[in-house]
Amino acid sequence: MSVDTATVRRIAHLSRISVQDEEVAHLQSELNAILAFVEQLRGVDVENIEPMTSVTPMQLKKRADEVTDGFIADEIIANAPRREDHFFVVPKVVE
Amino acid sequence: MSDLTNLTLAEARDGLKARKFCATELTEAHLAAIEAARPLNAFLKEMPDRALAMAKASDERLARGERRPLEGLPLGIKDLYCTEGIETTAASRILDGFVPPYESTVTSQLWRDGAVMLGKLNLDEFAMGSSNETSAFGPVVSPWRRKGSDAKLVPGGSSGGSAAAVAARLCLGATATDTGGSIRQPAAFTGTVGIKPTYGRCSRWGIVAFASSLDQAGPIARNVRDAAIMLRSMAGHDPKDSTSVDRAVPDYEAAVGHSIKGKKIGIPKEYRLDGMSSEIEALWQSGIAWLHDAGAEIVDISLPHTKHALPAYYIVAPAEASSNLARYDGVRYGLRVPGKDVLEMYEKTRAEGFGREVRRRIMIGTYVLSAGYYDAYYVRAQKVRTLIKRDFEEAFDQGVDAILTPATPSPAFAIGEKGSADPVEMYLNDIFTVTVNMAGLPGIAVPGGLDKDGLPLGLQLIGRPFDEEMLFALAQVVEDAAPKAAWPERWWRAQDKPHPLFGFMKGTVQVAPGADLTDPADPDWGANLER
Repeated sequence: MSVDTATVRRIAHLSRISVQDEEVAHLQSELNAILAFVEQLRGVDVENIEPMTSVTPMQLKKRADEVTDGFIADEIIANAPRREDHFFVVPKVVE
Repeated sequence: MSDLTNLTLAEARDGLKARKFCATELTEAHLAAIEAARPLNAFLKEMPDRALAMAKASDERLARGERRPLEGLPLGIKDLYCTEGIETTAASRILDGFVPPYESTVTSQLWRDGAVMLGKLNLDEFAMGSSNETSAFGPVVSPWRRKGSDAKLVPGGSSGGSAAAVAARLCLGATATDTGGSIRQPAAFTGTVGIKPTYGRCSRWGIVAFASSLDQAGPIARNVRDAAIMLRSMAGHDPKDSTSVDRAVPDYEAAVGHSIKGKKIGIPKEYRLDGMSSEIEALWQSGIAWLHDAGAEIVDISLPHTKHALPAYYIVAPAEASSNLARYDGVRYGLRVPGKDVLEMYEKTRAEGFGREVRRRIMIGTYVLSAGYYDAYYVRAQKVRTLIKRDFEEAFDQGVDAILTPATPSPAFAIGEKGSADPVEMYLNDIFTVTVNMAGLPGIAVPGGLDKDGLPLGLQLIGRPFDEEMLFALAQVVEDAAPKAAWPERWWRAQDKPHPLFGFMKGTVQVAPGADLTDPADPDWGANLER
């Protein structure tokens, strides 16, 4: 399977990464090189094989449903590029 | 006093105990070495004030007769580990200015045990790379050079700063992480020892995530014993990482030197690649002979799905990365590039903040997870992963205690030599290491000797889940049997440039001020050679 330029632009948009027109051809060839490399998996017999969901045989741990953390709003917003009080500030989303 | 930076971690620990020197002297020696090694670009951040304060606190404890397992021992930290109050970059511009308000579990355990933090180490951006060339802050230069050449070589990656710093004797040991080989490949390239423990052995909490089902923390150290000492402090259960395993941490150092008599070592025929260099093949044969001579039983085994591990990895790892790296959106931390609306802000931020390799992997991951391709790529790769793990389980069920392979298909290469035209060329570096991550097993890289150009070559031992002790015992046998290689000359030190008169002599020429080096009657004639 290989990707065309329209697909490259679509993947970039899904990835939320802007690409310039002059980058598309190069990206297309790189992505196709990787896709050609992984193509060999098509030849593997995976009939009746379960996909791996956990590399170690373990039950996901559970804990008591109680509050163990909180009241750290200052720390949470401390690294935000733009903030006001205890809010993250983003460009207007709803008109 | 001999140079304290030449000590191993264990020797430094024992020297501190015997009061031969103090933690402050040990730290000062390493800080000076780091400053002199800036041309290697191994450290992204040097922290002399913090290091000296920690060393002073250790000296006070030592004076009171209190000694924790790593008391006063200076270490370097891969800049993928979040460190409270200290900028953490993952070698990416997208984390520009990010100062974590928390400490990773693994590093907090090192400080709990008394270690001293020298600074943060360079790496491939988000640990995506095999040469340290994808760092946004420039490549790391290996302390190793080919005989008779001053070409700059890569230290491997992604833990390239960690491996270079340990080999250049800038720190006694370093933390690292391994998603597809990022501890073992740089260890092999730099003649150091690196262990990726079993998935779940070390907490991933506070380590910047790349591919969460594959990522594990581990140490890079100067020898097997030092790696065992470090891993004991790094490992352990953490309620904050739901995949960390609640299992007692053994005294790994006690396993170093254990007899390997009667242990069954598997040699997988699928790791013999077409066109593999004769030096790698010879190294592998030497490793087999060393283990056999120490009493191990050598058996041929088959891991039939080996060749599918790398392509499956390049689906699973980018898929997980595309999901993990979705959090870098210019809103909560790091870089933000303004846009006319929120979407354009995301897209510009991520285009400018991520480097080429990271953008490429996010896009591949997005593609293989997208509607219509999910089953064909991602689900199929996860099925192949089940098969890869099953291969190992069958070998272990036959009584194999560990598996011996080469660590890398080649020695270190030059900066700029690989992967510029085809990204897959660089990916092939991980062909022997990636299977271990796919199956969640422990793997250790240990030096096996030098190639014809004088560059290190490494062997890899793969163990049963949570049997790191077996790997330490076996790796020590390899270390003892392998030809001893001297650490690289400190060519990067400006003051170590060859003396115009005595440049033909190796080593550092130290002369008294005012000495007349041309007068044979002068006591400094011929100079003192410090090695």
